[in-house]
Amino acid sequence: MTERIPASLRTEALEQLLTERGLVDPAVMDTFIANYETNVGPLNGARVVARAWVDPEYRARLLADATPAIKEVAWGGGANGEHIVVVENTPEVHNVVVCTLCSCYPWPVLGLPPSWYKDPAYRARVVREPRTVLAEMGLELGEDVEIVVRDSSSEVRWLVLPERPAGTEGLSEEELTALVTRDAMVGVAKVSAP
Amino acid sequence: MSPAPLAVDGPAAPPRANGELLFSAPWESRAFGMAVTLHDTGAFGWATFQAALIARIAAWEAAPAGSWSYYEHWLGALEDVLAGDGTVTTTELDARSATLAARPAGHDHRDDETGHGHGHGH
Repeated sequence: MTERIPASLRTEALEQLLTERGLVDPAVMDTFIANYETNVGPLNGARVVARAWVDPEYRARLLADATPAIKEVAWGGGANGEHIVVVENTPEVHNVVVCTLCSCYPWPVLGLPPSWYKDPAYRARVVREPRTVLAEMGLELGEDVEIVVRDSSSEVRWLVLPERPAGTEGLSEEELTALVTRDAMVGVAKVSAP
Repeated sequence: MSPAPLAVDGPAAPPRANGELLFSAPWESRAFGMAVTLHDTGAFGWATFQAALIARIAAWEAAPAGSWSYYEHWLGALEDVLAGDGTVTTTELDARSATLAARPAGHDHRDDETGHGHGHGH
């Protein structure tokens, strides 16, 4: 808790000590960081969503037991990859995801969480006043739509299966994948037709 | 260990499609990478790290000191886990940090701006 030393220096010191003891290899760290910066991201989740939209049997498997179903179409391993549960948005029920205690988030399918997801204001407010928070983020939901706030934890990491937008009946799975955004899979946006 | 490479172009390409900078400073990516690497090699279970992170965040939220910095809590959680099992004690870390802080000006080279900098220490 020696807060007078800047975090950058403490990080460098910790990496030195761990490297000297053979506990981390900086080159391996580089690989992990690069993977999360460039490879692991919402494209994985978008593939899962698009598959669920075009394949009803896959959709059923995904909603019943998401972790193995995700691995059918995307990489689903590593930290924060277990215990993913998928919930479906409908015209009547809108799910939105938060982690009230820290930042639990399904990394393999969404990448690392954006800063607003980790922010104390989002984490506290979306629970108390989800309709207002969603409206501030640009998603106006009718009063007749029930909003369900899903609190992620190390036991359950929620992923939203957004509604397939009208007018996309003729699109291929690949074209649909390109429409799905991270925000829609967190539940703070909807997917729009192209 | 590593996820399969994916296409990084196209409209849904991560992370650019969603326009977020993952790390606001190079040290944040190193702190992130250390925790993920140590978890991958079995140094600790993710739930252990998570519990430490929750405790750090809760402590800040109960009595906010300074501005919010997610990765300072992340680093603090990592320190707590490693001190908890004796892997790296707080005393050792303080001493090494002080040594680094005492480096002459100009020695604090800037190569970690690219994300590849790290003191090898040997």
